[in-house]
Amino acid sequence: MTTTPEIDDAAVRLSTAPEPVGPLRSRQLLAPLRRTWRQLTSMRTALQLLFLLALGAIPGGFLPQRSLNPVRVNEYKAQHPGLAPWLDRLSLFDVFAAPWFAAVYLLLFVSLAGCLVPRIRLHARALRKPPPQAPGTLTRLPVSGSWETDASVEEVLEAARRALRSGRWRAVRRGNAVSAEKGYLRETGNLIFHVSLVVLLVGIAVGAFYGFKGTVLVKEGTGFANAVLNFDDIHPGRRFTEGSLVPLHFTLDDFRATYGEDGKARTFDAKVRFAPNADAPLRPYDIRVNHPLHVGAAKVYLLGHGYAPRVVVRDVDGTVAFDQTVPCLPQDTKFVSNCTIKVPDTRGQQIAFDGVFTPTTVQDPATGRVTSTHPAAQSPALTVVGFRGDLGIDAGVPGSVYTLDRRRLTPIDSGKAHLLATGQSWQLPGGGSITFVDTTEWATFQVTQDPGKGIALLASCGIVLGLCLSLFIRRRRLWVRAVPAGDGTGTPRTVVEVGGLARTDPDTFAAEFEELTGRLREKIPPREADKE
Amino acid sequence: MAHLSDSLLFAAVVVYALAMLGFAGDQATRRARRVLAEPALRAAPSRVLAGAGGPPLTEPAVSPAPSREKGWAGSLALGLTALGWLIHLGSVVTRGIAADRLPWGNMYEFSCTAALVAVTGFLVLVARGKVDRGLGAFVMLPVVLYLGLAGTVLYTKVGPLVPALNSYWIKIHVAAAVTASGAFLLSGVIALLYLVRSRFDERTVAGSAIRFPVSLGRALPAAASLDRSAYVVIAFAFPVWTFAIIAGGIWAEAAWGRYWGWDPKETWSFITWVLYAGYLHARATAGWKGRKAAWVAVAAAVALIIDYYVVNIFVVGLHSYA
Ligand code: HEM
Repeated sequence: MTTTPEIDDAAVRLSTAPEPVGPLRSRQLLAPLRRTWRQLTSMRTALQLLFLLALGAIPGGFLPQRSLNPVRVNEYKAQHPGLAPWLDRLSLFDVFAAPWFAAVYLLLFVSLAGCLVPRIRLHARALRKPPPQAPGTLTRLPVSGSWETDASVEEVLEAARRALRSGRWRAVRRGNAVSAEKGYLRETGNLIFHVSLVVLLVGIAVGAFYGFKGTVLVKEGTGFANAVLNFDDIHPGRRFTEGSLVPLHFTLDDFRATYGEDGKARTFDAKVRFAPNADAPLRPYDIRVNHPLHVGAAKVYLLGHGYAPRVVVRDVDGTVAFDQTVPCLPQDTKFVSNCTIKVPDTRGQQIAFDGVFTPTTVQDPATGRVTSTHPAAQSPALTVVGFRGDLGIDAGVPGSVYTLDRRRLTPIDSGKAHLLATGQSWQLPGGGSITFVDTTEWATFQVTQDPGKGIALLASCGIVLGLCLSLFIRRRRLWVRAVPAGDGTGTPRTVVEVGGLARTDPDTFAAEFEELTGRLREKIPPREADKE
Repeated sequence: MAHLSDSLLFAAVVVYALAMLGFAGDQATRRARRVLAEPALRAAPSRVLAGAGGPPLTEPAVSPAPSREKGWAGSLALGLTALGWLIHLGSVVTRGIAADRLPWGNMYEFSCTAALVAVTGFLVLVARGKVDRGLGAFVMLPVVLYLGLAGTVLYTKVGPLVPALNSYWIKIHVAAAVTASGAFLLSGVIALLYLVRSRFDERTVAGSAIRFPVSLGRALPAAASLDRSAYVVIAFAFPVWTFAIIAGGIWAEAAWGRYWGWDPKETWSFITWVLYAGYLHARATAGWKGRKAAWVAVAAAVALIIDYYVVNIFVVGLHSYA
């Protein structure tokens, strides 16, 4: 054997893959356009775009991303004041919303669509048409064999066709040969896979345009009605309309978290009563991690939780000026949590407190520092610093619930912190008091509606199915040619040539070929003289 | 039980290391035999395996297929690998029993199970004649290093799962991810060896100087066979990885309310996926077959390692449970 056998015959192309783009000879006006299009839909371009896509995603995998964690982006910018503005200019903190990233995947999908349409047409034709005519020389194929027989050409071809058909090959006679093929599902699977990729993108786009996501903090004993205004934070899709929100409402009756000895969370459980609309009766449900509440197109997830101590503040004359549960935001894994208590309706000056809630409280006897050693409320305490003055609420500027505007406030008791265990009070100098009554909890919920989810799931099934067909099925072709080889001495003789090729796994195919030719030799026995 | 698991892992590493030495010894004796035969072989013309559609796999006849030679050292090493595999399996199973859940809840357990998958893949492929046992030393070395690192740096005491991981989708998701990862790591090793071997062949044909690490190529199976082995392993692992990502999406949808959010872990899984898709494409693209495709497979394996180790340790995200 000497050189590479150039098997470039159409017969040996076992895939609808676009061929490498060659020079285009057309002298039409549209030629440059056509060339660009062929270039775009070529395998090489697809490959380069895939690499670009992977490359483009890398900064998104290392740098903090705004969509995930805006706080960390700001931290990063503070740490890298020189570099960060440049990164920001290149959208590297919003990679997956960046125009250049969109350009890459949109080009890829244009390429994909442009390459799929002709491939589907080709494959549909291949499915209808008989397997292709035998190439010129079967012995040049990766596997081949030949022998002489006394049977006539007609007998040989008929026997070969039968034998192949019984092996579930698609086999037809074409001229002096039988063409056979098996494993069409490989190409079908490949096309299903690529089409499903397009469908997946459609599903994602539908979700991004028509979907909705909102989060809300709900304290135990209070309720929530699904309306845009009631959320703390919303992310509506560009085409989302308020009317498509499911009219659900629920109340949080009880939230419970359990922890191991080491303080690691074991279970979270939010007991709610919900109704799918204003008229329906309330029904109980446990929202847990991995166990959201489904109501129509909406799903309600448990996102986070924290403590809300119940606090009573009395006025100078002893009347109750404030009696609420105050949500505190956890600062660490042991649930040291911060909150503010604002009491605007008082006789004299307005009163406010900065509070730190600690579920399992320990106080350092030397420094007086208060911390928590466990996330469960085993010995809860509220440490407060008091203020008197003007809260700035009446100015009409909505302040945050979690921070105090201290500009017109003066500290009570020179800003000393007072630790209150459950039931304890602090009599404020100058009248009034604050009491830490007991501990309740809150939970944050996320309500999502994603109308593209079903499409994406369907596409995912297509992707996996298509891939399995495309990678595990072997497509192969086989030809049996019969050539009369009379030497003019009377007895008819026929040379049987068998050749085949497979797209993958040549070893397995070689074994299969061996076995097939064995069977053919039984049906078309070699001449006595040739038998060893 | 947890203690037993740790001891078994240690024993498995020792047995694997012995197997590695056995394989290396096997290589040495084979090489000694081959050195005598080599000058004659160099003159032989190269043979072409034309797989239409696939790459034209040139197989220079520099070395005869070493698989046909079966030295006692190789058989012993293979036996040791199988023994190590049993002990390794025992370690993973007892770990699962000790934790009372599937043993892939943290990086330590994930690594042990992925290594088990890689060794399983190697043994299966050798048994089915798809991979030459001559690869043994080169496969066992990374396995020993990997398990050694897992057992020391990543070691985690048995503990329960955090609530977000408590779902049957995670079992499916991680089972698929660990299977695909093990296979991908194996394919990465094979692709690297292919690169060494094909460079070795090239230099041999050109008659140019051969230095380390290219000289390792002498002991390796034929380039075409390595190329095919890498493909077989990736073709198996890619759908499994795809499924793992989808199962992860279904789980994320139940746990976090969105099926995809470009969390660092998700981003790196995506990069890995795209690179392996690139590998499969490259093998069907003119001008990309062979060495370029192998480099893509190596890059994809690196992305996988970043996905699991660098992201877990250095990048903050929702997945930071380990
Ligand atoms: C969205 C990006 C794409 C992804 C993720 C992707 C992925 C894949 C994968 C994983 C395979 C392997 C299946 C197999 O080997 O049978 C494959 C095969 C293939 N892809 Fe793509 N592909 C993409 C875009 C494209 C585009 C744009 C084209 C058109 C040029 C294309 C044409 C092909 C062809 C022809 C094959 C079959 C290769 C063969 O004959 O083995 N793909 N693709």
